[in-house]
Amino acid sequence: MITANKALNYRTDRTSRKIGGRIGYGILYTVLVLAAAVQLLPLVWLLFFSLKNSQEVFNLPPFALPSKLHWENYESVWSQSNISRYFMNSVWITLVSVVLTILLASFVTFAITRMRWKLRSFVLGLFMVGLMIPVHSTLIPLFNLFQKLHLTDSQVSLILSYTAFNLPITIMILLGFYYALPKEVEEAALMDGCSVNRIFFQIVLPMTASVIVTAGIINMIYNWNEFIFVNTFISSDHLKTLTVGVQNFVGQYTTNWGAVGATLMISIMPILLAFFLLSNRIVEGIAAGSVKG
Amino acid sequence: MDKVMSDKRMIALYVIPSLLLILAIIYLPIVLTGYYGLMEWDGISKMTFIGLDNYATLLQDEKFWSSVNHSLLFAVLSAVFLIVYMAVALVLAGRIRGANLFRKIYLIPMLLSSVAIAQLWLKIYHPTTGILNDLLASLGFKNTPEWLADPSVVLGALFVPILWQYAGFYILIYYAAFKNIPGSLVEAARIDGASSLQIALRIKVPLIAEVIKVTIVLAVVGSLKYFDLIYVMTDGGPNGASEVMASYMYHKAFRGFDFGYGSAIGFFLLLICLVATWGIRKLTATKDSIQYS
Repeated sequence: MITANKALNYRTDRTSRKIGGRIGYGILYTVLVLAAAVQLLPLVWLLFFSLKNSQEVFNLPPFALPSKLHWENYESVWSQSNISRYFMNSVWITLVSVVLTILLASFVTFAITRMRWKLRSFVLGLFMVGLMIPVHSTLIPLFNLFQKLHLTDSQVSLILSYTAFNLPITIMILLGFYYALPKEVEEAALMDGCSVNRIFFQIVLPMTASVIVTAGIINMIYNWNEFIFVNTFISSDHLKTLTVGVQNFVGQYTTNWGAVGATLMISIMPILLAFFLLSNRIVEGIAAGSVKG
Repeated sequence: MDKVMSDKRMIALYVIPSLLLILAIIYLPIVLTGYYGLMEWDGISKMTFIGLDNYATLLQDEKFWSSVNHSLLFAVLSAVFLIVYMAVALVLAGRIRGANLFRKIYLIPMLLSSVAIAQLWLKIYHPTTGILNDLLASLGFKNTPEWLADPSVVLGALFVPILWQYAGFYILIYYAAFKNIPGSLVEAARIDGASSLQIALRIKVPLIAEVIKVTIVLAVVGSLKYFDLIYVMTDGGPNGASEVMASYMYHKAFRGFDFGYGSAIGFFLLLICLVATWGIRKLTATKDSIQYS
């Protein structure tokens, strides 16, 4: 009886709520759309002024495009500065670091989840504590260390640092997937006398392809955007990556808005492209890398 | 089978390279930064041991403490804004059409480099051609401030792009957490006559307590080590008005060539981050974690 009453109440309640609900829904929806506009409009504005010449930047309203789009801003920035050099440096340093990080992190995760040894929870702990250590606190000793090893002004210092600092988060993303992965196939392979290496490279690694993609994209974003290590370790202009290169270049051309806009667009384009193609993976990777800790 | 999977040589082969890397690049430097803090050292010539002098000077250094205050202010503000993100995520996780698209749009700025974001917002804040003063002028405001050159508004002006950058990240995390709550719990409460607000505050929010803790740590520790964006936008200026811990360390070490003092600041930054992490976990500790599966 009581539950029936409650159910009845619930129903009348719901009809009376419906009208109020719709207005509420409308208001909430407007707020969400406005927030989306705030997130997007600065980027749209950036795209627009990257296509204007200096006069149009000052004379046209901010969200108006000129009648003729100045794509040559991109061309001249790309050909007349070191931007293409920085871009290529970013590409190869990012790629090498991502591959190295994923491979090493997969080794460690495999050893921790599949193999039997005493210190594994301690070692896992070491990697996880690494997540909390601020990069800035390591900067001066690292600079000194790389100087002694003659690795300052060498991109090796960047690859080593990126790999070390990305190992913890990558292991964290991989860990959940490895725990959930069924072990039957590996056990059968073991019975057949398969070696550890074959199990890892021919069975486990291929099975983790999807989480590798996720972790790889997260790594790529971090490496592509990294600033302070490049800014500190690298002094030769031709070795710099996009973040620092852009920073120096834009500093010289503060008044030429079209060139600045085009440079910034070039620097964020690969990330935006990755986002449009793989947004679900990125969302998944970011959620996995933060909450599961 | 056990024998193969507890082969010490294989375990060593899989784990030791990564372990050495994080020991050399993360753990050794944080020990060294504390050690270098005991030295007078210009980064080039020999170090001389001066005991706790650097740390004593640090305690008296007004500029340092004002940078600590700025960092703490960012940390507190970032933590407070988590409430807003939680509210947005609550709405999104309800029956909102296009929720998936919204959370992806919100996330876009977080994927871009802080340098690109900083350069973009430098343009937005530009006193004469920036879109912000344009907008304010069209709304009838006169005497709009020079956002980044005015010591009284510069911290606020820096905090806005930080919000813009990270909002989507926290909304995404909360959204995922809210979506994880079993529908049966919410339905049961609704049948018992709980309003949407009651359900949100009494059921949904308490159920994601663990996630909230993680985000508070992320927001606070993340704020304590802000560097890139501030370095590019104001470089700590005008006249130290936006100096934060990491930028102060960078200036002392790599501009002032006082590497001993810079290391002491780096060590302090490490301690404050670890203490903050530990303190937040302690303060928000619950006796038993909630389980709902």
